[in-house]
Amino acid sequence: MSAFWTLVGRELRLALRQRADAVLVVLFFVLVAAIFPFGVGPEPNLLARMAPGVIWVAALLAVLLSLERLFLADYEDGALELLILSPLPLELVVLGKALAHWLTTGLPLIAAAPLIALLYNMDSAGLAMLILAMALGSPSLSLIGAVGAALTLGARRGGVLIPLLVLPLNVPVLIFGVGAIDAALAGLAARPHLLILGAILLVSLAVAPLAGAAALRQAME
Amino acid sequence: MSLFEGRDLICVRGERRVFEGLDFALPAGGALLLTGPNGSGKSSLLRLMAGLLRPAGGALLWDGKPVNQGPEAQRGRLGYLGHLDAVKPILTAEENLSFWAALGGGGAGEVARALEAFALEPLRDVPGRMLSAGQKRRVALARLIAVPAGLWLLDEPTVGLDAESVERLAQAAAAQRADGGRVVAATHIGLDLPGAEELDLARFAPAPEAALAALEAGW
Repeated sequence: MSAFWTLVGRELRLALRQRADAVLVVLFFVLVAAIFPFGVGPEPNLLARMAPGVIWVAALLAVLLSLERLFLADYEDGALELLILSPLPLELVVLGKALAHWLTTGLPLIAAAPLIALLYNMDSAGLAMLILAMALGSPSLSLIGAVGAALTLGARRGGVLIPLLVLPLNVPVLIFGVGAIDAALAGLAARPHLLILGAILLVSLAVAPLAGAAALRQAME
Repeated sequence: MSLFEGRDLICVRGERRVFEGLDFALPAGGALLLTGPNGSGKSSLLRLMAGLLRPAGGALLWDGKPVNQGPEAQRGRLGYLGHLDAVKPILTAEENLSFWAALGGGGAGEVARALEAFALEPLRDVPGRMLSAGQKRRVALARLIAVPAGLWLLDEPTVGLDAESVERLAQAAAAQRADGGRVVAATHIGLDLPGAEELDLARFAPAPEAALAALEAGW
């Protein structure tokens, strides 16, 4: 188990030394969300109605932006071969990478979300639910994304392929993430949506490391 | 006495047979020097041994047992050095080594020995991006010391090294063999491995007729 935390620690250290990457992702998230009002007009009711969907879609796109480098750097400099040959099972390598990705991408996005909620005039009940839904949903995005990043290793235009693979798989997270916030804003029970987000997370936790590890082995052949 | 051997190995890359009918046997303390022209499959054989590639035919055995029945045990014995150095540009030489040591269950003692073995102490706090190609290669080689392993698989280990470092590598390999470890190296330039068995991969290249027949058979 200590090898797992060694890997997570190394990923965090690398991310910390390249802080600009994480900052860019958050800036992208804020910009995408902030640009919608210019397209649809400043009508407050319309914006409040759109807010949950816009925030989730912007978060999805921001996560995509950061996925390509997840395994590519290690693949290109030979570290991935050594990780495959290390005593740490490859499934845990994928899990550790996804965890570090969430800590350095998902968490900053959650921290930035209130800013956008404010921009869109979202009330406090909606904001609380937004944070909760993102906390439950965004780890799934990192896990599913890790599979996509692993599958596209070695492909010539991997960076373009990742969105094609990952976006359709992220649709359930998007639907129930938005559903939870809409329910909270309408004063309905958000619990069913949150439970499904939790279920998606559990399935991703079980399946993504296996699928990601298989994809990485394939990439090494 | 344990024996690492390969029997009747066949390697296929893409649709091309790289080598076939390859046998080798490597006892504890032994060394195997892979030679042959470019493209004769030296790197592929090392990757087969490491388990990064699956052989298209034949078997790899450790103590008579197929290694693919115990892949974890095989991984635990491996010290693999590929073409790439796996040195992170934003981590210092020491941080790079410490990570691999910790991942393999080692500690600060192993890292210190590894730095010393390849004269890297003056470079310990230098980030990877400031290291020259030869210095990065030395960091990659030091990893072999930082993560003790019974079987070293070295792909062109001397590329970029100065004469003194090649000598240090020869010493490290000798120490590894004296401890009962094994060394397999693919190299063009003289790495001094006394008493190493030489395996010329050109001998195992498939006959051109066979390749032609295979092509006609439709693969």
